[in-house]
Amino acid sequence: MVAIDTATPLSALPAGGEAIIRSLQGGHDFCSRVANLGFTAGAAVKVMQNYGHGPMLVSVRGTLVALGRHEAARVLVASMA
Amino acid sequence: MQTNCHDTGPDGLSRPPRLPGANTIALVGQPNVGKSTVFNMLTGLSQHVGNWPGKTVEQKTGAFRGQDGVVVNLVDLPGTYSLTANSEEERVARDYLIHERPAAAIAVVNAAALERNLYLVAELLALGQPLVLGLNMLDVAEQHGIHVEPHVLQAALGIPVIPIVATKNQGVKELMEAAVEMAAQPQKWTPVRPAIRPEHEPVLAAVCELLAAHTPDPYPQDWVALKLLEGDAEITAMMQAALPEETWQQLHALLLKHEDAYLDIAGGRYEWIGRMVRAAVTQPKAGAITHTERIDRVATHPLAGLALLLAILGLAFWLTYTIATPVADWLSTHVLDALDAVAGALLGGAPAWLFGLVSDGLIHGVGTVFAFLPILIIFFAVLGALEDVGYLARGAYVMDRFMHLMGLHGKSFMPLFLGFGCNVPAVLGSRIIEDRRARWLTILLAPLVPCTARLAVLAFLAPAFVTTGAAAVSLGLVGLNLVVLAVAGIVVNRLAFHGDQTAFIMELPLYHVPNARTVGLYVWNNTVSFIKKAGTLILLASVVVWALSSFPGPDINDSLLAAFGRVLAPVGRLMGLEDWRLIVALLTSFFAKENTIATLGILFSVSDESAVLATAVAAVLTPAARLAFLVVVMLFIPCLATTATIQQETRSWRWTAAAIGLTLALSMGAGIIVYQVGTLVGLS
Repeated sequence: MVAIDTATPLSALPAGGEAIIRSLQGGHDFCSRVANLGFTAGAAVKVMQNYGHGPMLVSVRGTLVALGRHEAARVLVASMA
Repeated sequence: MQTNCHDTGPDGLSRPPRLPGANTIALVGQPNVGKSTVFNMLTGLSQHVGNWPGKTVEQKTGAFRGQDGVVVNLVDLPGTYSLTANSEEERVARDYLIHERPAAAIAVVNAAALERNLYLVAELLALGQPLVLGLNMLDVAEQHGIHVEPHVLQAALGIPVIPIVATKNQGVKELMEAAVEMAAQPQKWTPVRPAIRPEHEPVLAAVCELLAAHTPDPYPQDWVALKLLEGDAEITAMMQAALPEETWQQLHALLLKHEDAYLDIAGGRYEWIGRMVRAAVTQPKAGAITHTERIDRVATHPLAGLALLLAILGLAFWLTYTIATPVADWLSTHVLDALDAVAGALLGGAPAWLFGLVSDGLIHGVGTVFAFLPILIIFFAVLGALEDVGYLARGAYVMDRFMHLMGLHGKSFMPLFLGFGCNVPAVLGSRIIEDRRARWLTILLAPLVPCTARLAVLAFLAPAFVTTGAAAVSLGLVGLNLVVLAVAGIVVNRLAFHGDQTAFIMELPLYHVPNARTVGLYVWNNTVSFIKKAGTLILLASVVVWALSSFPGPDINDSLLAAFGRVLAPVGRLMGLEDWRLIVALLTSFFAKENTIATLGILFSVSDESAVLATAVAAVLTPAARLAFLVVVMLFIPCLATTATIQQETRSWRWTAAAIGLTLALSMGAGIIVYQVGTLVGLS
């Protein structure tokens, strides 16, 4: 497992893709909300569903979370190869 | 404090608990952890549902009676992910804990998502709240291959950890006993204090030093310092007011320098949790496919999920029509006739107006409430079951892409869809939307969904109004309503909310078998609260409408309502509705949409059960005016019951007026356009 150094938006990850969260982008309210839900730097995420448009499903810290595409784009991850 | 906080409980005996914390145990937990089930198991029908004073957040209180006769008050705090003031629910929960200081709190956590659930627990421990942990859903966790050792967790956290399966009522009593013991002797336990990352300790200490002796009572100083570092807007504002100007400037500069600390604090909290649970939890091997994943392959699929959603909703309507409608009919004939007979017997010698007031005012009002009840009960049952199973969030997920167009997200779909049955449950159902902006916008739009009553009026009039293609025109009118709804949603979102998009972040809970008690109490609480709140307003308004349509008399032709209709006739002329009787029919539709037909029947002196009436009405209108009238009926102001519910749910007369104003403007505008354009193209 090698973490690729460049950060990509979570929304770009295909279904089944696993990654480590690098950083959150956006206002305090948004970042605080998702961080409380478990989206913090260093947390492992797995994309459960991503059709390339509309909302997507992500598994983080044992919880299935639906994220709008716009929201998912603001979570930057380093994908694992 | 509001009056409804002092009501007796549904059993008529139990007083709602005093809210101050002395003899009170608070239930806290994140959403979807089975907290409500625990609360229901402990309190049953002795619970009382109201609103937190001045808030639209639901407040549930109840009494627990132990075997030794001990009575303890329970407060079910709203489900929250953290104690940061990100939402009204979180503010309510933490304000209660800080200001009322419950003797103990029970934190219910989902063993299948322990790490995330302990985030809230870490916040509670930082607050110094005496705490007992209810480790729920151990059965679900085991199914997912997650194994949790309660005693290891207890040793790590320094608080009692009681394994429970709330849906089977296992361990719930023991949990309550542990909480009662904790309330009596909190000093017997030494809870761990969550550590922050070492690199933050100096700045936290510096903040603490600046705060010294200035923290308002009863806020714990170190907690305030932590929240300042987390950038909590409410606490920051509180301290800005409490600190001397110079100290505040120093503090402000310090906080600005560490602006991004809140993300590290959240991360640090999770690291701390990770250290606490590592020994207590065995994680499943990767790759195991769970129940939930298997169902979700269909339920969250963009196409299959949509089909499933439509099938479920179709079933809900089928249930309503096959069960609720006959029951409502039975109630309105048998019970209302009996009430009328009683009123007639009691008021034999009374003046006619008094009999009218009771029979056409009060009893008619009761009839309206009755007409809604069976529909509401079915809808609540379906909604409650879907929520308890865990499906509701999936439906919202599937619909999200469509709702986005209106600045809403998926969660608004379900309430709006319920509006096709009746607008009242649509407004009530909007409670599932946490975001206030999205909730209010949904409530505003709900009356634009054509309810069954309006569809019935349409079905009655359309065949006589439109000689060819009545079905197509009817369908077109329903479509027009939905288009108007979407456009109104986009415009209102732009104007009132500056096009803000609510962030769509929603947990999808694990599926589980619904619990009859949870669903039953959901139906009971919602139904009782509808009768208490909207029911009272409906009765009152029913009397007012009766008065308007009977005075000065002798019949509706010479009533205030008719006079009002004549005054409005010039407006009607713009829509081709010169005849004041049509205006009056529209006005009485405020009472209940189906009244349109009954009123037309009275005013045209034709039985409202025959197609003759529709033909008679059609005869006084040009084709363009007929179409305009149908358009206005479909878009007209929400009925009384819906209006009452909007007021109760938003607690805002302004928003209620906005809902009426919006639909009034839309219906009139659309009516005028349809008539004028229709006349231009020769429909005269």
